[in-house]
Amino acid sequence: MKPRPLGYARPQSVTEALAALAVPDVEAKVLAGGQSLVPLMSLRLAAPDLLVDINRLSELSYVAVADGQVRVGALARHADVLASEAAAAAQPLLRKALRFVAHPAIRNRGTTVGSIVHADPAGEMPAVLALLAGTVVVASTAGRRSIPASEFFLGPLESAVQPGELATEVQFPVLSGPAAGTGFSEVSRRRGDYAVCGVAAIAWLGADGRIGGAKAAYLSVAPSPVVLDLTEAVAARPADDVLFPAAASLVRARLEPESDIHATAGYRRQLAGVLTERALVEALAQAREAVTA
Amino acid sequence: MSSLFGARVQRVEDDRLIRGRGAYLDDLGADALAAAFVRSPLAHARITDIDVSRALEVPGLVAIYTYQDLPARLAEPLPLLIPHPALTHGRTPYPLANGEVNHVGEAVAMVVAADRYLAEDAADLIDVSYEPLPAVVGLDAARAAVHLVHDDVPGNRAANAVQEHGNTAAAIRAAPHVLELDLEIERSASTPLEGRGVLAQWDEQQQRLVLWTSTQTSTGVRAAVAAKLSLDLTQVDVITPDVGGGFGVKIVHPWPEEVLVPWAARLLGRPVKFTEDRREHFIASAHERGQQHHVVVGYDVEGRILGLDVRFWHDNGAYVPYGLIVPIVTSTQLLGPYKPATYRVEFDSLYTNTVLVTPYRGAGRPQGCFVMERTIDAIAAALGLDRTLVRERNFIQPGEMPYDQGLIFQDGRPLIYDSGDYPAMLTKIKDMIGWDKFGSLQDAAAAEGRRIGIGLACYVEGTGVGPYEGGHVMVETSGKVKVATGLTSQGQGHQTMLAQLVADELGVPIADVEVVTGDTRRFGYAVGTFASRTAVMSGSAVTLAARKAKEKALRVAADALEVSPADLEITEGMVQVKGDPDSGISLGTVAVLSNPLRYAFDDAAKAATQFAGGGDMTKPPVAPDDEPGIEGRAYFSPVRSTFASGMHAAIVETNPDTAEVTILRYCVVHDCGKLINPLIVEGQIHGGVAQGVGGALYERMAYDEAGQLVNASFMDFLMPYASEVPREIEIDHLETPSPLNPLGIKGAGEAGVIPGSAVLAAAIEDAEAIPIRSMPLSPSDLFELRRADR
Amino acid sequence: MSPPDELHRVEMRGAKLHGEELHEVRLIVNGAARTAHVPARRLLSDCIRHDLRLTGTHVGCEHGVCGACTILLDGAPVRSCLLLAVSADGAAITTIEGLAEPDGALSPVQQAFSECHGLQCGFCTPGFLTTVTAGLRAVPDPDDEQAREMIAGNLCRCTGYQNILASVHRAAEITRDRPSRVASREAAATPAGPA
Repeated sequence: MKPRPLGYARPQSVTEALAALAVPDVEAKVLAGGQSLVPLMSLRLAAPDLLVDINRLSELSYVAVADGQVRVGALARHADVLASEAAAAAQPLLRKALRFVAHPAIRNRGTTVGSIVHADPAGEMPAVLALLAGTVVVASTAGRRSIPASEFFLGPLESAVQPGELATEVQFPVLSGPAAGTGFSEVSRRRGDYAVCGVAAIAWLGADGRIGGAKAAYLSVAPSPVVLDLTEAVAARPADDVLFPAAASLVRARLEPESDIHATAGYRRQLAGVLTERALVEALAQAREAVTA
Repeated sequence: MSSLFGARVQRVEDDRLIRGRGAYLDDLGADALAAAFVRSPLAHARITDIDVSRALEVPGLVAIYTYQDLPARLAEPLPLLIPHPALTHGRTPYPLANGEVNHVGEAVAMVVAADRYLAEDAADLIDVSYEPLPAVVGLDAARAAVHLVHDDVPGNRAANAVQEHGNTAAAIRAAPHVLELDLEIERSASTPLEGRGVLAQWDEQQQRLVLWTSTQTSTGVRAAVAAKLSLDLTQVDVITPDVGGGFGVKIVHPWPEEVLVPWAARLLGRPVKFTEDRREHFIASAHERGQQHHVVVGYDVEGRILGLDVRFWHDNGAYVPYGLIVPIVTSTQLLGPYKPATYRVEFDSLYTNTVLVTPYRGAGRPQGCFVMERTIDAIAAALGLDRTLVRERNFIQPGEMPYDQGLIFQDGRPLIYDSGDYPAMLTKIKDMIGWDKFGSLQDAAAAEGRRIGIGLACYVEGTGVGPYEGGHVMVETSGKVKVATGLTSQGQGHQTMLAQLVADELGVPIADVEVVTGDTRRFGYAVGTFASRTAVMSGSAVTLAARKAKEKALRVAADALEVSPADLEITEGMVQVKGDPDSGISLGTVAVLSNPLRYAFDDAAKAATQFAGGGDMTKPPVAPDDEPGIEGRAYFSPVRSTFASGMHAAIVETNPDTAEVTILRYCVVHDCGKLINPLIVEGQIHGGVAQGVGGALYERMAYDEAGQLVNASFMDFLMPYASEVPREIEIDHLETPSPLNPLGIKGAGEAGVIPGSAVLAAAIEDAEAIPIRSMPLSPSDLFELRRADR
Repeated sequence: MSPPDELHRVEMRGAKLHGEELHEVRLIVNGAARTAHVPARRLLSDCIRHDLRLTGTHVGCEHGVCGACTILLDGAPVRSCLLLAVSADGAAITTIEGLAEPDGALSPVQQAFSECHGLQCGFCTPGFLTTVTAGLRAVPDPDDEQAREMIAGNLCRCTGYQNILASVHRAAEITRDRPSRVASREAAATPAGPA
């Protein structure tokens, strides 16, 4: 399984990269981590005319916390984001989700921005971005634009990034509020596999110390990440509840997963409910800790 | 010098391999041309046209071959290796498809180019036109036979075979109780980490072919290639390089590539290499395990089996080059350690438009074990009896050995168990897992809302299958001992195990013993590595060969030292009068003495001249019935297989919410007769158990209705990582020596995998109180079973 | 013995082979400067194996799942089958051939695998050795969970993993008694980065 012949450009600056991507009549693809793209090329399912290798653009390898966002540059590896204490403190959900992304060797090379642009419905980070209502910053020779998560995921492996554009940064809003917490729960067939079903959740407490509200995003249940508001099912309940049957019910009713060789739709639906409860418990535990801290 | 037999000797193979100095197939032939194949994207189709014109422009292209290019012998179907009277409709593939393809992955054209990248470029540009035909996928479709895989095979039936002892129908009719069960195992595959590969080099001047291939049988490949390329056997050398695992799939020979690549190498006058990639391995090598079984069993109130009738359907894929070995093994080994009063087994081996089916570690035994063990568990459940009690009541007793099951085994010989102690084994495994105490553990867990279950499964495995293996042992004048046997190695530590045996027999340090396997230049008569036979067959053969060499060495040394051979012993490579170390001469010197040359090439030869006394001038230097040198050559050919056995027990926990299955404990009691190297045997068990767990909970080949293999990659074919295997595998050994070979050993290679599905199905059923009749079982499958059960 | 890379450097610049432009790739491989001239699509695994003739790194799947091709890139384990050689230009890589001590003695990890029967066919072993070498640098004294996590991304079909886990613990033990000189030399040479 070897890739087709391809052209190769290794720009030394973002400007050069954008110029390379803008050449007309040339199908160009960005090579960052390559952990999704290279196997597709080896299987000859992807055969771009030109690979624009951005691995020299070290100015894009940052993980920074600024302006209420965790800002991840296009060249930041999953391992970099995972290791960043500042990022983990500002938005704990990142580290919780990244632990489930493949295996360390993949995380050492794969980029978080890359995995979001790849838009795999079974991917953890697209679901996190959707839940947090983050933003993807995209540049081209025509300028820059910011795409909110709600408009970013168009379908399985299809994002709003247009030909000629380079996603330079992803912004994850920090965990805000004095009494909020996050949770992430996933079931996969083997450790490190794509999730059969996964849930990222945020929950927050009201002034009275009871649950104020919750939201969750789902992976592997739809062509793109699905975000559900769970507030009606959990509001005003005690913050140390361990069972959330109403939330699980709501989730099972709203989601329409599909069957594949690994799981039936019914099983995915079951998991969505179970994992919602687990993610909520985790999120609320963190929220309670934040209040007492 | 203490004996190495039974010692946990570190492997001699390791140093090279852990330094990255292994020489696997793709590591060789740096300057060879590369082959790639155009393979059918359809499961069943007629080829209407092959247009290579676009491919001809690819730089670095050397040649393209299709069926039309093949000479007469290569234009025939590949050999049907193991014929059988019941195999009335055997069909094998052509090396390149002859107008029709019968599975996705079947080879249609071969491309040779400067490297693999370019070969794939050219292959991409070859336009093959197909007229699709209806694809027969899965056993249900094969049995229904609305469509046929091969037009001239009615009912898709390659074979129908029956074996029976006693009048089973009558016994079942007369039985106080009768149960019927349907049981199914889905397809999996060997999937070694290294795929297949072949490198061929033709010497036009010498008119000789040297072939390297990642195979389990170098002699088999040699015979096949010589026949297909119209060469004399002596014109062909087949060398097995380091092999990255086989597990059965590499016993098939010749693969299409194994004849096409040397043929091309000869035509082109350049070395040619083919290295299979992972996708090819999934769609162009072989699978196994897929079978459906219908059981009718009659039993008495004690649970004793009076009549066992098993009807099963075996999916043999598109072709049957390896004959009926797998279903025959299921048929016979299904009986395990039991002696049903009567037994009838009938199978149909059916074609489907899928990858061909040949043995994968266990070779039909896992299916047989699953069927028998689930049946016994069902009897126990129906009678409200303890599952181990029912087993005990059906065991063959040690006093009944040798026990004739009244059937014909895979080797064509009577199925007669030589030795085994199943009651003792049962006691051990029950103790180990805490069988009798489990009930209270289960209740305590239930009180906490947890579901745990316990299962147990027994198997018997015919190992050391004939017809023979050979060994050659030679002592060089340096004192180094060179050993060769014709079968091959794929990581089982053969070089170490065989060196232990020879070192012991000869009395030399193991560091002085070098073993070569699978090289036809070193040993020309062999069968191959499969059916857990190496230790029994080659172990016995090299032992016998070493004894001959030793006998010669003692004779020569006795002559030189002017004593009787009976007065001598060999220890640490020194031949000495018993108990008198100062009298010793080195084995190397003895080797010099055994060869009456005039020339003193080195110090050893010069030193030996002190013993070159007058000799008897009336006799020739080499007697008429003698030979120069210290060598021994011997063959071992047992009258039948020797029967290893084992029992596994497992405790699992199932999650009430997610239906995930966790293995809490996994115990093995294992009898492979005497153990040569316990470290290696345990390693084999660990590996087998991992494959058993894989087959029970994770692995299946997912074909869609059109015959596409949907999960032809490691992403979706779920081989276990370290996170999926039991945290610990507790192992105990029992040794019932084999009376059928000089070492008293039995095979150990496949044992770990055989009861995997049986034991885990039993444990999950115990946890869930839902019958588990089909494996593998994923959490999603369990969830759906729960739903259906409500 | 490494082929004379330098000889070809001047001649190969801008050259084509079979119609494809060749790119110069310079790597520090196991401490030695190496150069290759490869098409852009050449996978790093193939470059290491066939252009640099270091066949100790193995290819099991070419889709990043089995881990047999794992090497250390600037000290961190990566799948060489998922990297293009051109993209790795300028990096320092460690393969299985670079794990032994300068005097040829086995590294603690290599020695542990041999002692514990942590390999059978040896095909997956290069990926495990590099992974565990880096893993123990990050977590020198792993408990059972951590050891399992360390190797959970590499497939083995032969050993069933029990002895590989034992090898991880034994390697930790050996390292405590005898820190690897190669490891400390490399740690000093490579830029600080995530493990």
